[in-house]
Amino acid sequence: MTTVLGIEGTAWNLSAAIVNEDDVIAEVTETYRPATGGIHPREAAQHHAMYASAVIERLLKEFRGKGHHPQDIDAIAFSQGPGLGACLRTVATSARALAMSLDVPLVGVNHCIAHIEIGRWKTPANDPVVLYVSGGNSQVLAHRAGKYRIFGETLDIGIGNALDKFARGAGLSHPGGPKIEEYAKEATGYVRLPYVVKGMDFSFSGLSTAAKDALKSSSLEDVCYSFQENAFAMLVEVTERALAHTGKNEVLLAGGVGANMRLREMLDVMCDDRGAQFYVPEKRFMGDNGAMIAYTGLLMFKSGTTTPIENSHVDPSFRPDTVDVTWIADKHQEVL
Amino acid sequence: MYLRSGAEANVSLKGGFVVKERIPKRYRVQELDERIRKERTRAEARLMSEARRCGVATPIIHDIYDFTIEMEFIDGKPLKYMVDADRCELVGEVIGRLHSGGIIHGDLTTSNMIVKDDRIYLIDFGLAFVDSSVESRGVDVHVLFQTFESTHTNYEDLIEAFCRGYRRKLDKADDVLLRIKEIEKRGRYA
Repeated sequence: MTTVLGIEGTAWNLSAAIVNEDDVIAEVTETYRPATGGIHPREAAQHHAMYASAVIERLLKEFRGKGHHPQDIDAIAFSQGPGLGACLRTVATSARALAMSLDVPLVGVNHCIAHIEIGRWKTPANDPVVLYVSGGNSQVLAHRAGKYRIFGETLDIGIGNALDKFARGAGLSHPGGPKIEEYAKEATGYVRLPYVVKGMDFSFSGLSTAAKDALKSSSLEDVCYSFQENAFAMLVEVTERALAHTGKNEVLLAGGVGANMRLREMLDVMCDDRGAQFYVPEKRFMGDNGAMIAYTGLLMFKSGTTTPIENSHVDPSFRPDTVDVTWIADKHQEVL
Repeated sequence: MYLRSGAEANVSLKGGFVVKERIPKRYRVQELDERIRKERTRAEARLMSEARRCGVATPIIHDIYDFTIEMEFIDGKPLKYMVDADRCELVGEVIGRLHSGGIIHGDLTTSNMIVKDDRIYLIDFGLAFVDSSVESRGVDVHVLFQTFESTHTNYEDLIEAFCRGYRRKLDKADDVLLRIKEIEKRGRYA
């Protein structure tokens, strides 16, 4: 049995977990909640720095409480990017210190890939087209020839940021996504808004601005509804194109925006019409969480990938398609 | 013979013509769905004819109604199954001509190019639009490069070959190729 401790802290959520092949053994999370407005990168980093040692302490206590010992830990995984630089550096510092004190290897994990791997672990998805949607990231990915390839992505801002940006303009508090979802349910009509798909890529900033303008002549409920309809249809369309292009027959939803029930419903309908399987992990594994970093670290560690301290610098724009996926055999998608 | 039911449309062969019908998507609200399908059908027919006037091989339109286009059948093979550097250079020339004519294809993939008698036919203009900006051209080519990268292992050679052809047919092609590097860096968390 392999045991890995992982730390996530790319943005607003500081979360650490210990996992083995079977399950999550312990997990502790401290969330940064801005008093007003959106995420302030420096404040988020200060939050992570303030809570890092307490989170690790509580995690190890929970781990011991379940009859384990810190000596059982085989490696320390951390989110190396993409994310907010200051947050990433704080987490990396904690991870390095922990790896040195326990004298175990360090494993730098790509945050996007961690979202995919926890989904493959916690749902029956095996070789899916992945729609990964969060504040800063919006990508359609799938595994091919040793890499997670990006089939389509946002040309400007992530869907979560687009929702938040519009919500702020409409006077709704952060995070805006869930509030937009609530208002959308009360809509009585559809408002025409931009729909921007360029091949496999999509763009949200124009939609965000147009939605804000539409508030001058339409109700908040109708604009929220129409914003969701357009934005999510764009994502679902590109996901469907990726299915058609790759010939795969599973879709996995990942990332915090995946909590939106309308997005799930649309993906479900699309998959149903194509005869594809649609998988969504339970909510605790959808947003940023320590377990996904620990588990991906475990896969990497078991397939021989570790990160020497001197190569453990963070990368705020770490691309998932630059990582060698050493833990998946190419012909059949089984975990090694 | 190759016909397909893609993500967007059913394509069938009727009376010697290719009939492409955009199918409704249940996941989209009806008003948006019909708007997208109508817009794309009309734009496709118009821009396919426009592209041919720029010297790009495309199927000839026979008829157009509702969400359906009837067009000439090109009896060839999708480039997807026969990608090599020489053909990519040819593709570079084709896209160079298209962009010189002020047209953006909007969905450049190796499935949307049919090889017949050493000619490359461009199909599926459903996402095409008129634009001569460096940005739009850059995104257009970036999308194609992504298909190379995601489906072909020797993609660097293919990209290089494409650029040779593209430079030959488009003035200031280097501005576009330079912009692609910038586009790649965008859309990320940084």
